[in-house]
Amino acid sequence: MTTKSFGQRIKRNEDPQLLTGRAQFVDDVHIPGMLHVAFKRSDYAHARITGIDLEAAKSMPGVVAVYTAEDLGDFWQPSPLLVPPPPAEHVVFNKRTSGQLARSKVRFVGEAIVMVVAESRYLAEDAAETIIVDYEPLDAVVGLEAALTEDSALVHEDVGSNIGAHVIQRKGDYDTARAQADLVISRRLLYDRGTAAPMETRGVVAHYDHLARHLTVWDSTQAPIPIRNGLAAMFGLSERQVRVIAPFVGGGFGPKVMMFYPEETLVPWAAIKLERPVKWIEDRLENFYAMTHERGQLHDSEIALTKEGKILGVKDVFLHDTGAYIPYGLTVPINTQCTLLGPYVVPHYYTEFKALFTNKTVVTPYRGAGRQHGVFVMERLLDIAAKELGMDPLELRRINFIQPEQFPWCNEIIYQDFTKLTYDSGNYEPVLDKAMRMIGWDEWRQNEQPRLRAEGRKVGIGLVMYVEGTGIGPYEGARVQVETTGKVTIVTGIGTQGQGHYTSFAQIAADALGVPMKDIYISTGDTGQFSWGVGTFASRGAVVAGSAVYSAAQMVREKALKQAAEHLEASEADIELVDGFAQVRGAPGARVPLATLAASANPLRGAVRPGTEPGLEATAYFGPQMGTTASGAHAMIVEVDPETYQLKILKYVVVHDCGPLINPLIVDGQVHGGVAQGIGNAFYEQLIYDETGQLLNASFMDYLLPTSTDVPRMELGHEETPSPLNPLGVKGAGEAGAIPVGPLFAQALEDALIDSGLEILEIPLSPSRLWELVEGGDA
Amino acid sequence: MKPAAFDYHAPTTLDEALALLAAYGDEAKILAGGQSLIPAMNFRLAQPAILVDINPVTTLVGIHAEGDGGLRIGTMTRQRTVEHSDLVAARAPLLAETMPHIAHPQIRNRGTFGGSLAHADPASELPAVAVALGMTLRAQSTRGERDIDATDFFQGLFATALEPDEMLIEVLIPALPARTGTAFAEVARRHGDYAMAGAAAVVTLAEDGTIAACKLVYLSIGDAPVESHSAASALLGVIPTDEAIRAAAEAMEQDIDPLGDIHATAAYRRHLAKVLARRTLASAVARARN
Repeated sequence: MTTKSFGQRIKRNEDPQLLTGRAQFVDDVHIPGMLHVAFKRSDYAHARITGIDLEAAKSMPGVVAVYTAEDLGDFWQPSPLLVPPPPAEHVVFNKRTSGQLARSKVRFVGEAIVMVVAESRYLAEDAAETIIVDYEPLDAVVGLEAALTEDSALVHEDVGSNIGAHVIQRKGDYDTARAQADLVISRRLLYDRGTAAPMETRGVVAHYDHLARHLTVWDSTQAPIPIRNGLAAMFGLSERQVRVIAPFVGGGFGPKVMMFYPEETLVPWAAIKLERPVKWIEDRLENFYAMTHERGQLHDSEIALTKEGKILGVKDVFLHDTGAYIPYGLTVPINTQCTLLGPYVVPHYYTEFKALFTNKTVVTPYRGAGRQHGVFVMERLLDIAAKELGMDPLELRRINFIQPEQFPWCNEIIYQDFTKLTYDSGNYEPVLDKAMRMIGWDEWRQNEQPRLRAEGRKVGIGLVMYVEGTGIGPYEGARVQVETTGKVTIVTGIGTQGQGHYTSFAQIAADALGVPMKDIYISTGDTGQFSWGVGTFASRGAVVAGSAVYSAAQMVREKALKQAAEHLEASEADIELVDGFAQVRGAPGARVPLATLAASANPLRGAVRPGTEPGLEATAYFGPQMGTTASGAHAMIVEVDPETYQLKILKYVVVHDCGPLINPLIVDGQVHGGVAQGIGNAFYEQLIYDETGQLLNASFMDYLLPTSTDVPRMELGHEETPSPLNPLGVKGAGEAGAIPVGPLFAQALEDALIDSGLEILEIPLSPSRLWELVEGGDA
Repeated sequence: MKPAAFDYHAPTTLDEALALLAAYGDEAKILAGGQSLIPAMNFRLAQPAILVDINPVTTLVGIHAEGDGGLRIGTMTRQRTVEHSDLVAARAPLLAETMPHIAHPQIRNRGTFGGSLAHADPASELPAVAVALGMTLRAQSTRGERDIDATDFFQGLFATALEPDEMLIEVLIPALPARTGTAFAEVARRHGDYAMAGAAAVVTLAEDGTIAACKLVYLSIGDAPVESHSAASALLGVIPTDEAIRAAAEAMEQDIDPLGDIHATAAYRRHLAKVLARRTLASAVARARN
């Protein structure tokens, strides 16, 4: 009997290839005659371009072409708006996206101005260095509040202000709730985030075959199919004349779902125009400037409660930094609005934001995608309220939980998928209880912490809760085929950037078809293999594509059972699929290999019966009516060096509920990676801009990613509350690790430094900043 | 992030290398371990016309015991070799203690002992330790050889006493006097990062337990290694109690004027300097007593 794969801790199929350096990434694509690209990028955050001198560059040996915006002709177009604004109650949206190369004005440092194509990257960079751009510098818009002042420079003059968007959403009537409150907490909170810093930077290789009239593009993207569709339209080609391949991708985290980046359209354009293959691989310096960021939000927030600690309402008004353009619409701040409410009953909610244009790199979703900001606000307000009420902070959370029988729970405001924010299912108390048990909350509070404090050690504990909207539509698809060898192929359109799809999708199909994992081949991210899909983002791969794989595999199973019943002259109900065979239950001798069934479904002579299709194969699509809502708790014990304010994380616990786990090993890995990025966000990573809009730390020397010595071993626990929205009951797990780490640090550090009366209202922190907050250091 | 074009020479003898430096002077840059130079070239912050790769010059490699109890280390000795050397551990424990703080093992595998000194990054560990231990840096050119005291060698931000045609060939480390203890500590954001502040302390006790000699030298506090003479004078001739060490750390403050940067404000850096003074002096004293 084949063991069930679903739910097993199975090692990832793809890892031997990845770990031995035998996986293809974009930079591994080498085509004879290939040219290489370098860009001349803006040195200024905000300036008018008054002249560009290309003479020296054009005459350099090995330089094939040099293009400015003027040279692009009609091809120069502002990029499409990827996500339109949601149909919320009050929405102002000023769509501004960038053309491929800056024309008359640059709006952030690193914006591409000139494209150089040469025989090697070295020569291209040499030529780019000789290009002289004449600038008329303008004041840079950097700070959020400063961007709104009367005399601020304008990133887009024609907008008339720096407001990219203004959105108001509400549930109930906050003002009335506030009037009835026993306690109102108001704070100003700042939450800043950094760059995703994927191990593999962006990269594009394009090859146009003029004889076959076919364009192939290798792109380190999370969304190959929409890229294919867009490129086909741009170049006047049929979608079948364009193949986009996202091979192995060394981390996406959100910024690689942004499109179109200028380089993504310019490289294929040059390949067609020059009749040569063209490659551009983003270097790390470019990645800091030109791949999208996430960044700061400034919140003025209020929570109104009864004296018993019941939440009456929340009001949150914030400024969101969207950078120089707003190509991804409002996904990040909408996520902030929607995730803020967390696992709590909040009867009345007023939420308003302004997304502001600044002279900085564009902001689009990065793992968590605005959810961090919202969770920080809510969890901080609850911590402060607990202190004011003299309540245990966890008890305050507990008495406000949405109860299991209250699902589906509708929060009424509009979510990023344009449906009313509705939690499908959840059960929060067991998550809290398990996290408390695993971190040893009571023992710590009663014995351990007092003992360590008596020794003079600054030790603190924290525990925070969150929900995460995951698994949104619109749809994904998959084709499952049993080949005549008996091997199974699964193809799907979503790309893979480390999520383990090669394994988890195989597990789903293995169970349906009774075939061993090793006999399943998976193709993702190649539009030549599957033509329909959206992309890998918003923790949706397992939920949406995974459900499509499940449905397609079930359809193939039905076909196989039907065929086997005929072949074995038995009833369909008596057939089981085991180890690559269809057999009659209880009569193991009566069996036929799936390979035989596949072969007979694909005859070379004779006839396929009317009303049937050839092949033991099926294609299915899955489009959820709305997203699934995962939840969790993170807890931490931390020690602070009382003199240097350096940290040591003594224990870190995550309890997570993303429904049934397809592969616990993969989910654990997702959580580990997320927590690492969360720790980076909370205490190490920050993009630091000066007042002229220059990014001061565009290298891994100064932009501090947490290393293996900074990320502790984690203890993970899982609860499994199934989703009613898909056949597998699964919810997304991609971002959970990263989301609540900021408020967890804040709570645990306040506890560790309790004598100082410190109140933490900002993330990220650092030893220097902590010392400053506690000691009031800098005069 | 590709370097600008350059001419590349790989001499196999010291004489050939020195001849190239004599011929090209300022235009040439010596490539030793390349752990600072190559990134700077890839950023095009450094664009030397000529690279003189001295990796083939094997005579510059080695750790030698000197008759007086000191050490002589060839400049092309890899940092990792110094870190793992029993001879260094026995004769220059301060150096042995410091080595693991220099970046990461991968970098120390390539990075050289002399390269770090000649690069004179004020945030790097070896220049401060060179001053603390009173090392002598031996330079050679086609014009001849000369010895430079570490105190005179480091002249500012990436600036040394070396002339453009000179190469650092070896470093002499004097023997530690009896009843001497040493200590190194630094505070970095992550292990292996350039420190926000670091300190090396060398303390020699007289037979009566008072301090006979003391050196406290900082990295990442100024534009070169910063020696606190005030801390040293505060301790000279006194019994190094916790109180005395605390007072020395207070006295140290007048010797420094640190700047702020994105990782540490000036005030925090000043605070760290005080903490490090206390920690390194106390542990150097404890070791001197053993």
